Amino acid sequence: MRIPCPFCGDRDVSEFAYLGDAGVVRPFPDAADAGERVFESVYLRDNPRGRHAELWYHASGCRGWLRVDRDTATHEVASAVLTRAPSL
Amino acid sequence: MTFRFDGRTYNGFAGDTLASALLANGVRLFGRSFKYHRPRGVLTAGSEEPNALVELGDGAWREPNTRATVTELFEGLSARSQNRWPTLGVDLGAVNGLLAPFIAAGFYYKTFMWPAAFWEKVYEPLIRHAAGLGRASEHADPDDYEKAHAFCDVLVVGGGPAGLAAALAAGRSGARVLLCDEDFRFGGRLNGDRCQIDDGPGGLWAEQAEAELRALPNVQLLGRTTVFGVYDGQTYGALERVTDHLGAVPGLPRQRLWKIVARRTVLAAGAIERSIAFGGNDRPGVMMASAVRTYVNRFGVAPGRTGVVFTCNDNGWSTAFDLAEAGLASPTIVDARTAPARHLLERAAALGVRVILGAQVVDTAGAKALRSVTVALGDGHATTLPADLLAVAGGWNPTLALSNHLGARPVWRSDLEAFAPGPLPPGMTAAGAANGAFTLAAALRGGAAAGAEAACACGHKVVAHDAPRADDEPSASSALWHVAASRAKAFIDFQHDVTVDDIVLAEREGYRSVEHLKRYTTLGMATDQGKMANVAGLAIMAALTDRSIPEVGVTTARPPYTPVAIGAFGGPHRGPAFRPTRLTASHDWARAQGAVFVETGLWLRPQWYARPGETDWLQSVCREVTAVRSAVGVCDVSTLGKIDVQGPDAAAFLDRVYINTFSALPVGKARYGVMLRDDGIVFDDGTTARLGPEHFVMTTTTANAARVMQHLEHARQVSWPDLDVQLASITEQWAQYAVAGPRARQLLEAMLDDAIALSDEAFPYLACGEFAWRGMTVRLFRVSFSGELAYELAVPARHGRAVLQALMQAGAPMGVTPYGTEALAVLRIEKGHVAGPELNGTTTAADLGLGRMMARKKDFIGRTLAGRPGLVDPARPALVGLTAVNPAARLRSGAHLLKTGEKPSLEADQGYLTSVAYSPTLERWLALALVAGGRERMGERLTAHDPLRGPDIEVEICSPVFVDPEGARLHA
Repeated sequence: MRIPCPFCGDRDVSEFAYLGDAGVVRPFPDAADAGERVFESVYLRDNPRGRHAELWYHASGCRGWLRVDRDTATHEVASAVLTRAPSL
Repeated sequence: MTFRFDGRTYNGFAGDTLASALLANGVRLFGRSFKYHRPRGVLTAGSEEPNALVELGDGAWREPNTRATVTELFEGLSARSQNRWPTLGVDLGAVNGLLAPFIAAGFYYKTFMWPAAFWEKVYEPLIRHAAGLGRASEHADPDDYEKAHAFCDVLVVGGGPAGLAAALAAGRSGARVLLCDEDFRFGGRLNGDRCQIDDGPGGLWAEQAEAELRALPNVQLLGRTTVFGVYDGQTYGALERVTDHLGAVPGLPRQRLWKIVARRTVLAAGAIERSIAFGGNDRPGVMMASAVRTYVNRFGVAPGRTGVVFTCNDNGWSTAFDLAEAGLASPTIVDARTAPARHLLERAAALGVRVILGAQVVDTAGAKALRSVTVALGDGHATTLPADLLAVAGGWNPTLALSNHLGARPVWRSDLEAFAPGPLPPGMTAAGAANGAFTLAAALRGGAAAGAEAACACGHKVVAHDAPRADDEPSASSALWHVAASRAKAFIDFQHDVTVDDIVLAEREGYRSVEHLKRYTTLGMATDQGKMANVAGLAIMAALTDRSIPEVGVTTARPPYTPVAIGAFGGPHRGPAFRPTRLTASHDWARAQGAVFVETGLWLRPQWYARPGETDWLQSVCREVTAVRSAVGVCDVSTLGKIDVQGPDAAAFLDRVYINTFSALPVGKARYGVMLRDDGIVFDDGTTARLGPEHFVMTTTTANAARVMQHLEHARQVSWPDLDVQLASITEQWAQYAVAGPRARQLLEAMLDDAIALSDEAFPYLACGEFAWRGMTVRLFRVSFSGELAYELAVPARHGRAVLQALMQAGAPMGVTPYGTEALAVLRIEKGHVAGPELNGTTTAADLGLGRMMARKKDFIGRTLAGRPGLVDPARPALVGLTAVNPAARLRSGAHLLKTGEKPSLEADQGYLTSVAYSPTLERWLALALVAGGRERMGERLTAHDPLRGPDIEVEICSPVFVDPEGARLHA
């Protein structure tokens, strides 16, 4: 598999580390139900077949965290963007 | 060239394969079959060969199951036949053939069930001795392997007519083309068939095409290279046999594993001729018709003198014609069809070839080689023909494996009576015989079109060329899978000895699904992966179950297409080169001082420094510990992860990743920090120093450095992209040395002169500073892992060795001693500091006695889940110290704790010893342990139980801080 890193270009998957669902948002810590929501964000993840927005880390490259839109069935990568714009 | 087979010396020619050379020398018998030990010869002339498998090479070089048909001959080649005992000619295992009725498909599932205890001791060794192929060398692979990467516009798989035409079309456009062919000669079937292209021989056209391609700078040709796998992202695996045909060549690898990324790919892998299942179709002398043509036309070898051709298609007739034209005794054609084309009959008559129509070969005879074939005639009679060569032409199967590696299934084409490519992997097109285009003209046309289209897709302009002229007459065919009248064993899978009867049995017992059929009979599970067998097996199952072949379905094709040595996948990454080794700046100095090294992550660190006369590691370690406690020691701590944190929000960022507060840390101070994972468990620890209002330097544990970096980048880029903070790894840039012991200050003052004031008032515990010394920037931190008065001195890595030597020089009068990781561990255990064995992924900050560090008024990673009831339970295991009641007793890390008198059980478990050391300071063994509710159990006695290594030892729970609990030494 190859991932088009916006910073480094098209690179082999062996340069990246996988984290998982990019849709997980760190819950606001002071909410009344924070415990429940943090538990869900840490442990309860979807594992869909098909298109999935995922977080990948370009460990052997620019160290950028990417949001990769990927098909988990075909491994086709539709897009990859940096989660944080580089402040150059 | 001379070579050896089974101890005998033979002669061959350059350009021969082992198979062609042995055939030329009259050798027909190559080995014994897997299950029945039947004599086997050469069936094919290609990589699909299931029969002619040999052990190649001697000693550690011995490689089993090597296909003689693709083994290029070289001077001194040495090979042996397989699966025979005592010799190939006299094989006692052949008695299995007599037992055949009892060892049909699934026999060992049924026969060897009872008694169960017999399985391991009796049945399995017997079966393993009797069945099987070649023997592994049982030595480490002595060869070198390489890995290489290639990127191209157009990858062409296969160098036959279609592949050459594709490479020419794409190459002439200027596209970057990579052409791979598994053979050592480009041309594919053009080398084996008598054919014409543009009024010249096909082989000549192939040579001219190859020459033109070699002259193009944008085209690379890789011969002896098999593209064995298709992977995601248009990535392909290929194996190049670099020196297999030369013997060992110093300085060159045996094989090279290519990882190819191609924008477009043309699959021109050709087709494999299929056999027909009739009685005795495995006897040496029975050969594929196309292979016979290859041996006659390409290698100039007569595989037999009296030939019979058994065919169900026009294509097979050309074998008889080639044999006749080569001057061999008039062959006989047995065609299952009744009315072949008139031009075939006319040519046969002209060449004196005898023709028997509407007939089928039902059996063969001959002990170790074919002697005769029995033919069932159309009128119900049978006749026996003398023959030492039977060429079988059952039609062609496109070579599709690569088209299916990403999960697609082939489609059945009834016009071809064969599977053709279904949906292709992204970027791939198929051409030539692999695409079901079986005439030469169609292969050349299809290849050129596919090559041009691929080059266009990569943005190149293609200039049209006239297609070469060639034969475009399709070969009429009428599929024939199985001769029903045969009584003798009719083989489907030659390598695994699967017969038609086995498929009948599987069907009768209900194993009708293609996956069940495969596993029950082992059809297609040998090293050839059923290249010859699979489609025939499906066809017979389809007939038995009254289904069409596509209804039966196909099994999944997976890489590699042909076997690849594990050594090739490993490449140069073996032994010490398995992973990169990281060395600190003063590594060579440490080695010269007698350091014994230990791997920590990728790093090599001095474990202890053995001095002359020291015979035991403990002796060295105790000396080093004592030196630190009584004088001063120096330890290389460069391997700790070092991360530079800068930006207006650097302090706020650290507050969110550490459990304790760093925004309140004054400039010029360092602080110990602990990080949690999201789930509230401790992740890593280390000291972080504030060099400026917006500038921190963090240290991490050696093992976690990369993971901490990833964690921090995640926090910065994903969780809080609004924070203005930047990170850089500076582990490699700074060499760092711990200087610890009561004379540490004295040593540093002697070395640094007045570059910095080091009195306790000027530079107290946890102070840090950056200053210039001898023209370099130096960072000094007053931090201590040993509990002694201690500093860590960081210098640019290139000065590391010189600075360490300066430390040793300046410290000589004070008795300075270098110490390694073992002494470091003893010192920290004496002081109760946690390290890897305690930060083991199960402990909370509170478990480790660090709970009070957790700030209450700020958010930090892991805070919420660290407050879960299960993680704040006071009964959780907590960090304590342990001493043996008998001061002489040796404690063992990993031992579990029990209440005295309790039997060992999970329920009775009170905890375990995480870290153990012999303390020369206290002259006894000490341990850190995690004990249930441990902090409330000071003074309690327990039993340390180690069933693996030692007797039970009575221990007493105490504070984990064994040495200097008041911290007087630290603050000295």
